[in-house]
Amino acid sequence: MRTLLQETIERLLADTVTPDLLRAAETGVWPADLWAEIEALGLPFAAVPEDLGGTGASWSDIFVVVRACGAAAAPVPLPEAILANSLLASAGLAPPESGVIVFAAGSADAPIADVPWARHAQWLALRDTTTGRIALYSLTDARIAPDSNVAGEPRDTVTLAPGSLIADADTSAATDAVLLGGAMLRSAQMAGALGRLTEVNADYANERVQFGRPIGKFQAVQQQLAVLATQAAAAVAAAEAAFLMADPAPDLLTTASAKAVSGEAAGKGAAIAHAVFGAIGFTHEHSLHFLTRRLWAWRAEYGSDAFWAERLGRTIAAAGDDGLWPLVTGAFAETTNP
Amino acid sequence: MNLLDQFGPPVLPTGLGPLRTAVREFVAEWTPTSTPEKRALSWMGFDADFSRLLGTKGWLGLSIPKQYGGHDASPFERFVVSEELLAAGAPVTAHWIADRQSAPLILRHGTEAQKQRYLPAICAGELHFCIGMSEPASGSDLASVRTKADRQADGSWVLNGRKVWTTNADRCHFMIALVRTDPASERHAGLSQIIVDLTLPGVMIRPIKDLSGHEHFNEVTFDDVRLEADALIGVEGDGWAQATSELAFERSGPERFLSAMTLFRCLVGAVGPTPDARQAMEIGRLAAWLISLRSMSISVTAQLASGEDPVWAASCVKDLGTGYEQDTVEVAMRLIDSLPPGEQAATTRRVLAIVQSMAPSFSLRGGTREILRGILARGLGVR
Repeated sequence: MRTLLQETIERLLADTVTPDLLRAAETGVWPADLWAEIEALGLPFAAVPEDLGGTGASWSDIFVVVRACGAAAAPVPLPEAILANSLLASAGLAPPESGVIVFAAGSADAPIADVPWARHAQWLALRDTTTGRIALYSLTDARIAPDSNVAGEPRDTVTLAPGSLIADADTSAATDAVLLGGAMLRSAQMAGALGRLTEVNADYANERVQFGRPIGKFQAVQQQLAVLATQAAAAVAAAEAAFLMADPAPDLLTTASAKAVSGEAAGKGAAIAHAVFGAIGFTHEHSLHFLTRRLWAWRAEYGSDAFWAERLGRTIAAAGDDGLWPLVTGAFAETTNP
Repeated sequence: MNLLDQFGPPVLPTGLGPLRTAVREFVAEWTPTSTPEKRALSWMGFDADFSRLLGTKGWLGLSIPKQYGGHDASPFERFVVSEELLAAGAPVTAHWIADRQSAPLILRHGTEAQKQRYLPAICAGELHFCIGMSEPASGSDLASVRTKADRQADGSWVLNGRKVWTTNADRCHFMIALVRTDPASERHAGLSQIIVDLTLPGVMIRPIKDLSGHEHFNEVTFDDVRLEADALIGVEGDGWAQATSELAFERSGPERFLSAMTLFRCLVGAVGPTPDARQAMEIGRLAAWLISLRSMSISVTAQLASGEDPVWAASCVKDLGTGYEQDTVEVAMRLIDSLPPGEQAATTRRVLAIVQSMAPSFSLRGGTREILRGILARGLGVR
């Protein structure tokens, strides 16, 4: 399943997500063809059980899809749709058969800020913080105040229209399921973006000639690239662990670790990438910023690295010195099998 | 190289729970006989009796076949035993090199006679080995070693030269040394690995005091040391390849991120159950990296278990892991004034002083940070 998913998504994104598409998306153009392909492949339903019409993939398998979206800077809310549909399914609700769906936490009778991609979405899976229920809303008549993150990705404020509730249900999901789930998604996207960043940096270092040789021949540059690669690898491994432990629901220890590590790695990695590319990478014309600005944006969303480190630290401190090691070794149990 | 696929899911196979519990309970019984200051030495703590006890428990030579006194166990079992011992700060240095490197090397390249001679005693925790790589003029540039073994007409060897920074040479029985066996050779060619009985005439061992005041490492001088023909291990002239193939085992294990674990534990105890925001953030950040590094190390162990040679991933774990260990000292420095006064804060201060003075070596031993990053850069296709 994992290999199939990985090949499918990577091929699709490699064929369609070009710098031109990314530039257009940033000016507000919705890549309808790309989304149609994604829907045709059933990818938004990857985490939905088969009896509710989905693929029933494990989060460990879905990791490669979310990672690939990050690596390609894909200007579509596929990670968001996967989680939104999974939230609905966890409450026994059938996901809508087509249309863009995103998720949020908030109250249905107040404006909800920072809803990803809302202006392009037809549906919202809401973790209602007033009722504690999971609800499916239509966004057709919703009021959308557009806003965006530092990468220019839509992060809109949504006011739901009266009568737009389609269905809702009680859920056993944790009260912070949206925060945890969002942090998990962003950690995998950052891991993907950092991996891709390392590749484009290595390629550039082999091409760009200064002082009569490729800059990659200079030890100072090699050492920087090695640091970028280790930070990328750490982010990949941390996110991988979070997804491995995410069935049936996102897990606090590994998700907090993943967001903390990938966030820190994003900061260090983007800085090195810009240092290696020099002024060329600082232009809007160059495509480097499609990755680095997303790293900055994703680092801040659903809790920064400092936020999750603090939260993890409170859990560790409560466990005490004798509880520290059992907690660390218990983070991924030996009985897990993807 | 596809960077994204260097680390797979960190899956430990099922069934390791009882072994983990047994080791954890064993070290819990031992802990009260030790002190935090001793545990702070991590895998530099020496206790021959403790190593022998681990041998009788069946926790050494796990990956060695039963016919040589080992246990035919998987790398995962060795991983679990290692991390439980290290996390508790158990004194493992007496058997560490023999168990981690010498025994697998002898098993892979040794003659039948060498296997029978050395392996059972290593598995029993009775035979201690050290590694003779560095020399006064050969640090990171290991291929420049000059210590030489001259083959005699009867097949025996005469060894001359000097090794330095050899951890525990004064307390080990044997050294596996990288030496030049072809006098006309240069660089990587003409090197061989040779087993040196450290009690032989002509071997002189001088402890070197490090900046912390400990004498973990030594200078070892060889003056016409006569070695039997079967001192050679593996193929004459293949020493470089043999020595470097050990490195994936040496660079990815839990000893590359647990060297400062006693300090981390002390900090958690000293801040108490209700830390302030700054304390919680610093401690949580260390925990996040620890969990992630462990995940990477498990992933590399899985690759080793399936017979792969994950040199790049192992170098990655060592570079990040030793940086993390050194960062633990930084975090402790940032928090030290904020600890509630009491015995735990006082202990943490003493442990910090010990770990701080060991910390520079974390990213030197087993390949310096700069050498590792060179290996990583080569894997990326630059260089």
